[in-house]
Amino acid sequence: MWVLIIIGGGIVVTLLGPISISGYGEFNWFIGSVIKGIIAIILVVMWILILSKLKNWIFKKELKF
Amino acid sequence: MIELVIPAIISCILAFFVVYFTTPPLIKILEKNNFTVKDMNKKENVMIARPGGISIILGIVVSEIVLYGFFQLNEILAIIITTTAAFVIGYVDDRKVMGGWFKPVTLGIAALPIIFLGAYDTNLAFPLFGDVQIPLLYLGLIIFMIPITGNTINSIDVLNGVASGFMVIASFTLSICLFILQNYEIAIVSLPLGFVSLAFYKYHKIPSKIFPGDSGALTFGAMYGVIAIVGGVEIIAAIALLPAVINSFLFLSSVKRVVEHRQIKGKPVEHTDDFKLKATNDKTAPVTLVRLILTGGPLTEKQIGFTIFKLAIFSGILAIITTIMMGVSL
Repeated sequence: MWVLIIIGGGIVVTLLGPISISGYGEFNWFIGSVIKGIIAIILVVMWILILSKLKNWIFKKELKF
Repeated sequence: MIELVIPAIISCILAFFVVYFTTPPLIKILEKNNFTVKDMNKKENVMIARPGGISIILGIVVSEIVLYGFFQLNEILAIIITTTAAFVIGYVDDRKVMGGWFKPVTLGIAALPIIFLGAYDTNLAFPLFGDVQIPLLYLGLIIFMIPITGNTINSIDVLNGVASGFMVIASFTLSICLFILQNYEIAIVSLPLGFVSLAFYKYHKIPSKIFPGDSGALTFGAMYGVIAIVGGVEIIAAIALLPAVINSFLFLSSVKRVVEHRQIKGKPVEHTDDFKLKATNDKTAPVTLVRLILTGGPLTEKQIGFTIFKLAIFSGILAIITTIMMGVSL
């Protein structure tokens, strides 16, 4: 989980950080934030799915839950 | 430096002794008024006073007001207001059983003072890779963070002494990380949480004389979350909290909905004849951290508690390593 957080951080900084929108005047920051938000949500969903798969992979056979 | 040391010492002493001296009379008052619950993990029919959140919030508010007298920081006001709101939400849940969505929604509202007081920085700091600016997204993060930390601590409050003992480790780790990052004022502001937890642990440790209840657990969790936000150490705080986060994650991913523990019918653990705890094979029961720990075989309540504390110490070490990695960039 710790490794996933650090890798996720790397993706956020390198992918989300540079995103900037221009040409919409005062709405630039808002549109940029919305795009960042959507990508962040996708990343969080991916993170949960990976973690969930990992959990199942690690525990399923041993625990028989 | 002396102007920081004196407030730190005064607030820590106050935080510790307010809880230390107010909890015994609180136990008597609660017992006298029949505010007790059965300790499910004891062989005998033992009734324990609840909620201990009253002495916890008292210790936090007194020490933070004193710190506000020294520093006049909006961050301290945000801590006081949001933490008090979390206590009230928890207290309502202690007195009246509310639905599964009550706490997340109201804790989200309790986070609003952080935004209104401007006690946050929209930069999210990651180890190795640096900061990312997320102005609008960060507001959402604040709204989500307090319910997550509050409910995370609440969900780990299942055995004698675990919630308060876990908070001692996690909150002192967070304070150490803030000192490493040279964020001295917020580090000092965070110290009372550790001392309040430590004083409460004296009465909460096995065999418990008092339970924190939702009011105590949400107070712990919400204050931890606010410190993470106002100190700009969200990622570090999440790492220090990993065992509790894993517990919540396992619970939610197995139950697949936001629901109160008491609404779950399947039992994740059961008692052996000698009253140790053991994991069940009930497929309808949620997967929890305690259930995972017990897959190695039955353990006493005390042994499980210490296993969780070892995990908390391990996560604390990871949090400190992460803090050191903050100064390194690829």
